[in-house]
Amino acid sequence: MSEKILMKGNEALGEAAIQAGCRHFFGYPITPQTELAAYMSKKMPKIGGTYLQAESEIAAINMVLGAASAGVRAMTSSSSPGISLKTEGISYIAGSDVPALIINVQRGGPGLGGIQPSQSDYWQATRAAGHGDFHLLVYAPSTVQEMVDLVFLAFDKGDEYRMPAMILADGMLGQMMEPVEFKEREQKAPIEKPWAVNGHKNERPHNIINSLYLDPHELENLNIKRFEKYKRVIENEQKSVEYMTQDAEYIVVAFGASARVAHSAVDMAREQGIKVGLFRPVTLWPFPEKALKTTVESTKKYLCVEMSMGQMIDDVKLATECRRPVEFFGRTGGVIPTVDEVFGAIKKLGGGN
Amino acid sequence: MEVIFKKPHALTDVPFHYCAGCTHGIVHRLVAEVIDELGIEGKTVGVSPVGCAVMCYDYFNCDVIEAPHGRAPAVATGIKRALPDNVVFTYQGDGDLAAIGTAETVHSATRGENITVIFINNTIYGMTGGQMAPTSLPNQVTQTTPYGRDVNTAGYPIRVCELLSNVDGVALAQRVAVDCVKNVNIAKQAIKKAFQNQIDKKGFSIVEVLSTCPTNWGMSPVEALQWLRDNMMPYYPLGVYKDGEKGDRLK
Repeated sequence: MSEKILMKGNEALGEAAIQAGCRHFFGYPITPQTELAAYMSKKMPKIGGTYLQAESEIAAINMVLGAASAGVRAMTSSSSPGISLKTEGISYIAGSDVPALIINVQRGGPGLGGIQPSQSDYWQATRAAGHGDFHLLVYAPSTVQEMVDLVFLAFDKGDEYRMPAMILADGMLGQMMEPVEFKEREQKAPIEKPWAVNGHKNERPHNIINSLYLDPHELENLNIKRFEKYKRVIENEQKSVEYMTQDAEYIVVAFGASARVAHSAVDMAREQGIKVGLFRPVTLWPFPEKALKTTVESTKKYLCVEMSMGQMIDDVKLATECRRPVEFFGRTGGVIPTVDEVFGAIKKLGGGN
Repeated sequence: MEVIFKKPHALTDVPFHYCAGCTHGIVHRLVAEVIDELGIEGKTVGVSPVGCAVMCYDYFNCDVIEAPHGRAPAVATGIKRALPDNVVFTYQGDGDLAAIGTAETVHSATRGENITVIFINNTIYGMTGGQMAPTSLPNQVTQTTPYGRDVNTAGYPIRVCELLSNVDGVALAQRVAVDCVKNVNIAKQAIKKAFQNQIDKKGFSIVEVLSTCPTNWGMSPVEALQWLRDNMMPYYPLGVYKDGEKGDRLK
């Protein structure tokens, strides 16, 4: 039986990736994901893996493109400004239908921003992680244990759908320590990758991995086909967690670190007799619209709590089709909302002060 | 009947799209002949650039991946680290390798990545229609240097082999041309060495091939070859700039 150990979020992400079979990590230093790269640099040489500190985030994501195209599980990690640099490569990875894992331990922005936790890359992750028509699988852990579990899932689903996946964490989750358990997982046979560029061994025609299509109709058809795949992802891969929503008149919607704060605020409000629950998206793309939709009839108002100026709120409004008011409370720039502040915002939903 | 000349197996039957007089075709053939002679097609992975040679994935019979502009050495690094026993080469032009991809070029070289780089220097951006390249010569007229490259505002051409010859991860840095039979033969031997070095795990090997772009230079193929001899060779002398193995100067 596996036991619980105390681990920092960033290190847990690294250990989970290794246990998920990743042996190729390409990074570039940036706060606050530092411990993840440091962990990989310590572990990878001992297990025959690759830790490579690239000359830039751009080079690192392109190394991921190369390694993942060769058929292995490959990953990179960074934080907000570094992810911006990776968006070129992410677009090529998506346009080449190659699975890979990208971890964003978010910090405040825009620009160089700050180094404190933030959730202000939501739009980037779910809407515009690069140029062109494409999506990433985006997972938002809320505990260190969930960081571990979602790394396994992200690799598996990326391979299954042949698309890049992102773990959208933040500096708070990356830096905090929590007990975590690495469950014994059944050994699955590695998924076949007959499309990989790993040498044809004179046994098959040459493979080409490419995202260039000069004939607009060919490119249009390919994009349509890719969006049919996305439709299957939207249908099958939505994940969310609900807390006290059964009888709730008000629902707080929050993900990741802000959901932890919101959870405590919901408890506080419940003690005061306010019928409020928490809806926590675990997948940000696909957004768990199906589950959120089922709450609309019984909910008077929603409150979106984010560590940004309000980005996920767009998806909450879309999922609920604006049939109920959606209020917003957020702190940004690296400021973490307090439980009291969120509790105050919950009280206002019912007209209280 | 004895066959004395045939298409290398490492080239597909897809016709090249290159302009008349462009030397990409010759260099493709040399790379393919070397792959055939070393018997490595089944374990070779090519990385195509952005530029005129982008579609070389259709021409080489080995597995090929198309990289973002300038990132071919990073993509090649990823492949090589995943598959150290395979043979990985990039095929890049001057804008790709010496402008947007300078960091990737220099750092894959300084890491001594065991890869082979074929570098086509024709002093111009071909695919986008003839803009100034990092290797455009002083006073060279291009679409974006219509009065000639003014080194006071546009800077000086970059000499890649000279630059990389000072990088310790480099095994081979050689500049060749494909303007005449003699030079084509030298070019082929250099390319072969650049692949053999990789098999022997000697480090980063680059062969710079002085090439022509008659279309964007506004010349006939024959004039272009003469222009290459008269103008490029003095600025970019042919020869071997480094030949050994990575780290040999530190021993």
